[in-house]
Amino acid sequence: MAIAEQNTIPLAAPTFSDNNIVEVKGVSKFYEPDIQALLDINLGFPKGQMTTLLGPSGCGKTTLLKIIAGLLEPTEGDVFVNGQLVTGPGPERAFVFQDFALMPWATVLRNVSFGLELRGMAKDERYEIARRYITNVGLEGFGEKYPHELSGGMRQRVGLARAMAVDADVLMMDEPFSAVDEQTRRQFQEDLLNLLSIEKKTVLFVTHSIEEAVYVSDQIVLLSPRPGRINKTVRPDIDHAASSDEIRRGKNYLDSVEEIWHELKGYLE
Amino acid sequence: MKIFGFQIPSVFSLLIWAGVWEVIGQLEWVFIFPPLSGVLIELWDLVGTNAFHKASISTLKSFCYGMFFAITGGVSLGFFMGRVDAANKLLGMWVNIFASAPLSSLVPVLILLFGLGQTTIIVTVVLFAIWIITLDTLAGIKHVSPSLIEMGQSFGASRWNLLYKILFWAALPEILAGIRMGFIRAVKGVIIGQLLVSIIDFGQMFATFSRNLYMEEFWALTLVLFVFALGISSLIGEMEKRVEYYAGVRD
Ligand SMILES: Nc1ncnc2c1ncn2[C@@H]1O[C@H](COP(=O)(O)OP(=O)(O)OP(=O)(O)O)[C@@H](O)[C@H]1O
Ligand SMILES: [Mg+2]
Repeated sequence: MAIAEQNTIPLAAPTFSDNNIVEVKGVSKFYEPDIQALLDINLGFPKGQMTTLLGPSGCGKTTLLKIIAGLLEPTEGDVFVNGQLVTGPGPERAFVFQDFALMPWATVLRNVSFGLELRGMAKDERYEIARRYITNVGLEGFGEKYPHELSGGMRQRVGLARAMAVDADVLMMDEPFSAVDEQTRRQFQEDLLNLLSIEKKTVLFVTHSIEEAVYVSDQIVLLSPRPGRINKTVRPDIDHAASSDEIRRGKNYLDSVEEIWHELKGYLE
Repeated sequence: MKIFGFQIPSVFSLLIWAGVWEVIGQLEWVFIFPPLSGVLIELWDLVGTNAFHKASISTLKSFCYGMFFAITGGVSLGFFMGRVDAANKLLGMWVNIFASAPLSSLVPVLILLFGLGQTTIIVTVVLFAIWIITLDTLAGIKHVSPSLIEMGQSFGASRWNLLYKILFWAALPEILAGIRMGFIRAVKGVIIGQLLVSIIDFGQMFATFSRNLYMEEFWALTLVLFVFALGISSLIGEMEKRVEYYAGVRD
């Protein structure tokens, strides 16, 4: 993770505040000498808010999320979580996977408690916590089922419960709803928002859907096509106390969708 | 098997072949095929003899020792190659060659190295069984979805935890398939080994029978070993069924 000082010319002066739980400083990523996925990303994720990464396919959203998760090393630059330099995965961060990443040989209960199991927590204790989150995500009574007995939407709820159970400050979700149908997806979005209003997590979210991004996010970061750079940050400023229909008809919602669509359309030309 | 468009249960097709054997035997066309009834009577006698008991126990021992080393060795090697790319590049070609090579031709070399005894038989069993187990384990490890591994890492799994809480279970269907094929090869190995060493156990019995043209005894012994191999194979097949439920839903 060496920083090549001479080559790093910040596009915009990075602004960081104590308010940010995750800070990304000058991160670039090359997969191979000629495949640059990210170019000098400077970004702060405000504590307790939901930030969405949005951008065309292949612009490096997953790459950035994995770097923050400590699953990938940046070629240049650093990531800080709670002011600490990230050198690998840590207990203050939890990941929700696009393909759920559930263990098919284990019950829902064991899957949800797996993060706690890896931390060496006693069985009774971790199962008790897991049962609570299974209920919270709406899967009460499914603890003894196996993943293949559940629908796609239910499987992702298991993935969400697993991430919540370890009580991390930061939840990272890479297109968590892309494998479920539209109906389930909307239900899921609302349940997620409800859960977050109780649990107060910082969420790093990736999606392809502009509507979804605007509906759930406090802040939306638009990335340019590869190599991914930060092009724009949009704050939809939506009042989540309102009903879902009111939100989707509201001016802020529609304006933000329009603004983002306009920006993304520019990449197509 | 179908006759005149009717599906014949496999038990019946077995009976039909038994009948054919009996008829050929009774007609005394070729002396190496005595009637099946004679073989079965001989089998009954053979199973009661002391020599047979001793040979069975000793063979079973060689077989079990050999399989133990083949499974532990093959699974470890498969894991190692699956997780370390350099090891895979270095060893992959050799393992593939050994898995498909006619290994019987190596047994004389083993005899030179390990003498005319049980050690040679055990090494033969290992040599026959280990490569397919290695290859299947390797395939299983390579098959594990990357996101399952990332899941483990992101929740803080140590290397060891990742290995035995995730990789092992995720690769288990392939590992068991490899072990089943390993078992079948091991049966071949133990028999070929004994035939070539030919002064101990079943090898000695086979040698005696064929030298003296005791064809009924010869076939009786062959039948016993054949049934043994089939039994083991279906036993492992049962075990595989128990993990099948998730082999298909993993991806
Ligand atoms: N392991 C890898 N080796 C080489 N190139 C890679 C690798 N992983 C990703 N890339 C490339 O890096 C770029 C960014 O990939 P990434 O998966 O981060 O994009 P993304 O924004 O998540 O895309 P999508 O919206 O399709 O999920 C892509 O062009 C991809 O082809
Ligand atoms: Mg992606």
